[in-house]
Amino acid sequence: MTRDTPRSTRAARLLTGGPPLLFLLVFFVIPSLIMVLTSFRFPGEFGGLAPVTAPADQAAGEYGFTTEAYAFFFSDTLYARVFLKSFGVALATTLACLLMAYPLALLIARSEKRFRNLMVLLVILPFASNFLIRVYAWAIILGPQSALSRVANTLLALLGMEPATLLFSPFAVLVGMVYVHLPFMILPLYTNLEKHDPALLDAAQDLGARGWQRFWRVTWPLSLPGVFSGSALVFIPVLGMFAVPDILGGTRDILIGNLIKDQFLGTRDWPFGSVLSIMLTLAVLSVASLTAWFARAAGRTP
Amino acid sequence: MIRRHAWLWGAAALVYAFLYIPLAIVVIYSFNDSRLNAEWVGFTLHWYRVLFSDAEMLAAAGNSLIIALSASLGATVLGTMAGLAIHRYRLRVLPALVFAPVAMPEILLGVSLLLFFLQVLNLTLGMLSVIIAHTTFCIGFVAIIIRARLQGMDESLFEAARDLGASRWQTFRFVTLPLIMPAVAAGALMSFTLSIDDFVITFFTKGIGEPILPIQIYTMIKVAVTPEVNAVSTLLMLLTLAMIIVAARLESHAASREAARR
Repeated sequence: MTRDTPRSTRAARLLTGGPPLLFLLVFFVIPSLIMVLTSFRFPGEFGGLAPVTAPADQAAGEYGFTTEAYAFFFSDTLYARVFLKSFGVALATTLACLLMAYPLALLIARSEKRFRNLMVLLVILPFASNFLIRVYAWAIILGPQSALSRVANTLLALLGMEPATLLFSPFAVLVGMVYVHLPFMILPLYTNLEKHDPALLDAAQDLGARGWQRFWRVTWPLSLPGVFSGSALVFIPVLGMFAVPDILGGTRDILIGNLIKDQFLGTRDWPFGSVLSIMLTLAVLSVASLTAWFARAAGRTP
Repeated sequence: MIRRHAWLWGAAALVYAFLYIPLAIVVIYSFNDSRLNAEWVGFTLHWYRVLFSDAEMLAAAGNSLIIALSASLGATVLGTMAGLAIHRYRLRVLPALVFAPVAMPEILLGVSLLLFFLQVLNLTLGMLSVIIAHTTFCIGFVAIIIRARLQGMDESLFEAARDLGASRWQTFRFVTLPLIMPAVAAGALMSFTLSIDDFVITFFTKGIGEPILPIQIYTMIKVAVTPEVNAVSTLLMLLTLAMIIVAARLESHAASREAARR
């Protein structure tokens, strides 16, 4: 019989956990630290970064470390407004997803067992197609020549109103965001609703609760942990999304993600891009811990 | 029962329609004999012919395949190790590092890796940087799948192997690995799909070298929308559909083998 010594246990732990730990330290932790460091540097004259030390043949200029990028972030309310707008879009997307996901998740959870897996698969299936294609599909549907746009504009004309463009609008951005993130809401909701004991609803009915009362007083409170985890799974990625506004939005529909993208691939102001990324990280962390706290509170007092 | 669920069924049908109509439109327009995605003119395979004579697009597809295969290989090995380690030992740092890249917006990982590759490694961005980046975010997904599988298993199997004199390596090779194999395969397929599909992280770590599929599609959508995009999209949908079917087969095969064993 083999004996486990503390030493051999430590060795086994190091052998299984070590390689992924090392990989993630190098390619996740260090890059994050580099980003923080970058936020305290000066931008280079032609993009990128200025050297830390001044070249020998040059007088002291903008070299070394600075908090200038942070000062710039707080000097203009433009950036705060974009953050606020991103929160607004994330909130609207989350609510729209919740509204659409809840009935479907409830139906799946209350269907016969043998149909459930198929119904869940039908939710995941479109989600497995390429992300850009799902966004692009809406560019076709909302485009000026699409059937939907023509019907909408005929109706508007009948009412004596100006024709409207559906594409490149906040509406298009919202639709795209909802479309891309909907499964993230449906799946956790379903996982939660599936576990509910039907006897609870029967008991509520026996005690005289009507349909809506049974929903509001029994099903909804019990489903709150699912609501919160689904909301976090939608809210957080929406907050950093740039591709959807990029493809479906107009020039005024930019969000934090678009600002960050421009700093790295457009104007190439790395320090300011890093500041924006750090602010986004802080926003994500506070949203995540807030939802975790709410979910715990909801779980404690059903 | 039916009557009580009537409005639920209605709402659910609307959501399913919302999920499927856009994709159906893309597929239909890939066969449409018109430059515009507006009206149905007639059936054609023209856009598929255009696609298959588009050398850049084919090269991009090949590159994406290489990236997805390499990244899913790396992520499956490292993610399986991470899943095992997290399940078996009480670790604090590793779980946080494994799951954080899954939970945060992709753009943050893309940007920090861009800075890291250019500043610290002095690496010219290209296929290698994309492979590393994809491996980084796929590890977490593999680890989640592996851990879920391990959580559902009977620990006494491993203890029995050890009691019968198997070394740690033998226990892993002949007991643990065969048992978690379906999860390893599922993790590999998941990483492959995530890598082929990924746009955001690829966008930041690709540099200006070789064409890569999602970037090529993005350029087509942004710059010159032709129904060739619809044709690529349709083919990609077929590919993922095929992969899902393979994954489902693997799973049911493993499940039936397990059932037979009991």
